[in-house]
Amino acid sequence: MSDTDKQLRVSKIRNGTVIDHVTGGQALNVLAILGIDGAGGESVSIGMNVPSDRLGRKDVVKVEDRELSQSEVDVLSLIAPEATINIVRDYEVVEKLRVERPERVTGLLTCPNRNCISNANEPVDSRFDVVDDGVRCGYCGTIVRDDIADHLSVS
Amino acid sequence: MRHDHLLSAHQLSRADVEEVLSRAAEVAADPAAFRDRHAGKLLALCFFEPSTRTKMSFDAAMKRLGGDTVDMGSVESSSVKKGESLADTVRVIEGYADGVVLRHPSEGAATMAAEFVDVPLVNAGDGAGQHPTQTLLDLYTIRETHGLDDLTIGVMGDLKYGRTVHSLSTVLTNFDARQHFISPESLRLPRGVRFDLHEAGAQVREHTDLDEVLPELDVLYVTRIQRERFPDENEYHTVAGQYRIDAETLEAAKDDLTVMHPLPRVDEIAPEVDDTDHARYFEQAHNGVPVRMALLDLLLEEGE
Repeated sequence: MSDTDKQLRVSKIRNGTVIDHVTGGQALNVLAILGIDGAGGESVSIGMNVPSDRLGRKDVVKVEDRELSQSEVDVLSLIAPEATINIVRDYEVVEKLRVERPERVTGLLTCPNRNCISNANEPVDSRFDVVDDGVRCGYCGTIVRDDIADHLSVS
Repeated sequence: MRHDHLLSAHQLSRADVEEVLSRAAEVAADPAAFRDRHAGKLLALCFFEPSTRTKMSFDAAMKRLGGDTVDMGSVESSSVKKGESLADTVRVIEGYADGVVLRHPSEGAATMAAEFVDVPLVNAGDGAGQHPTQTLLDLYTIRETHGLDDLTIGVMGDLKYGRTVHSLSTVLTNFDARQHFISPESLRLPRGVRFDLHEAGAQVREHTDLDEVLPELDVLYVTRIQRERFPDENEYHTVAGQYRIDAETLEAAKDDLTVMHPLPRVDEIAPEVDDTDHARYFEQAHNGVPVRMALLDLLLEEGE
C-alpha cells in the first residue's frame, strides 16, 4: 500500500497527537481510556485494522490540538503494548514516545471479582498494580491477564 | 511490628511473625504480667459477618490486657442496614476506640477501611481473601508442636475460598516449608495465591488425593468444604467424602503428625481423631487468645 493510500484513510494532522501501532480493534478503547468522547470538541480520526508490516493489522488514532503526556499514554500499554505516540506541531513530528508499563493504574479498570470491596458502593477508585503479565487488584488481589480491555471501567 | 495495621498476610515478614509469636509465648508463660498493659483502652469489634471464635478471642484478649471492647453488634441492628458505606462506618468508629477489628464479607474490605482510619486496624477476615490473625495462631501452634523450619505441611479442603489457607500459605513462604495442597480440582488455590507462591519461590505441589502425600507430612491442616460451593447436593457429598479423615486414614501418617483445623468443623475430621495425639485443633483455637493479646499489645504500644 502506498503512502497516498494511507493518507486517504487517515489524513495528516497539523497539531496534536498520533497514536500509531495500536493493537487492531482497540482504537475505541484507546479513546475511552484517554477520556476522549468528542464532547471536548477535538477533531479525532480513527483508522481501524489498517495493514501493518509489524502487527499485521493495526489501529491508528489521531487527535488534533491535544498533546498527550507520557503519564497519559502509559496506561495504553495495558491494551496496546506496541503503541507509538507522535506529537505533531505544524505537520512535523516533534516528539516520539513509546508507551511504558506503569507501576499502578487507578480508576481505569473494574475488578472482575464481584465480591471485591472496590465494586461496592465505597468512596474509592479501583487500583491495580501492574505485574509481569497482567494487572492485580490492589484490594482483593485478583489477577487479570489476557482480557484487560474487557475490564475497562471507562468504556 | 513496624506496621500501623494488620491487613494481609503479605505484610508479615519472618521477623514480624517471630516477634508476635515470641510475645505470645511471653503472654502464655506469664499472663499476669500483661494484665494491666492496656488499661483504659478500648477496642472496637466490627463484625459484618457471624463469628464465634475470632470475635470472642479478640474480646477476651483485649480484656486480659486490661482494656475493654465496644461491639458494633450485628449488621441488622446497625446503621449499615441504612446503607452507610464501610468507609463512613469505620471513620465514625475510630473516634470511639483505640483500635478496630474488622470482619467483612467483601475481599479487600480491611485494606480499603485502613485508608480511612488512623488507629490500628486488624483484618479479622475479608470474604474469601485473608485472615492474618488466624495465620499467626496457626503458626504459633505449629511452632509449639513441630517447629517452623524443615516443615512439610499438607493443606486440604476448600483452598479456593478458604481465607485461612490463603494467609497461611503466603506467610509460610518466609520459612523452610514444603507445602502440599490437596483439594478437588474445582477448589484449587486461586490464581492470585498461586502467583504469590510462585513469585516467592515456594516449594509447592498440588494433589487431588491425600494418600499421595500423607506419609510425608509433619502437619495436616484440614479445612471445611462448604456445601454452598456446590450447585448439586450429590456432588457435594461425593467430593466432601473424599476429603474427610478418620483414625483409619491416619494409620498411614507419621506418629508425630499434627492435625490442625481452623474450626468450625462439620464432619471433615471424625470425632474419634480428637482422642489421638495427632489432634491439636482445640489447642490451636485456645492459642487465639495469647496470640491476639500479643498482636494487640504490639500494635497498641506502637500508637503510644
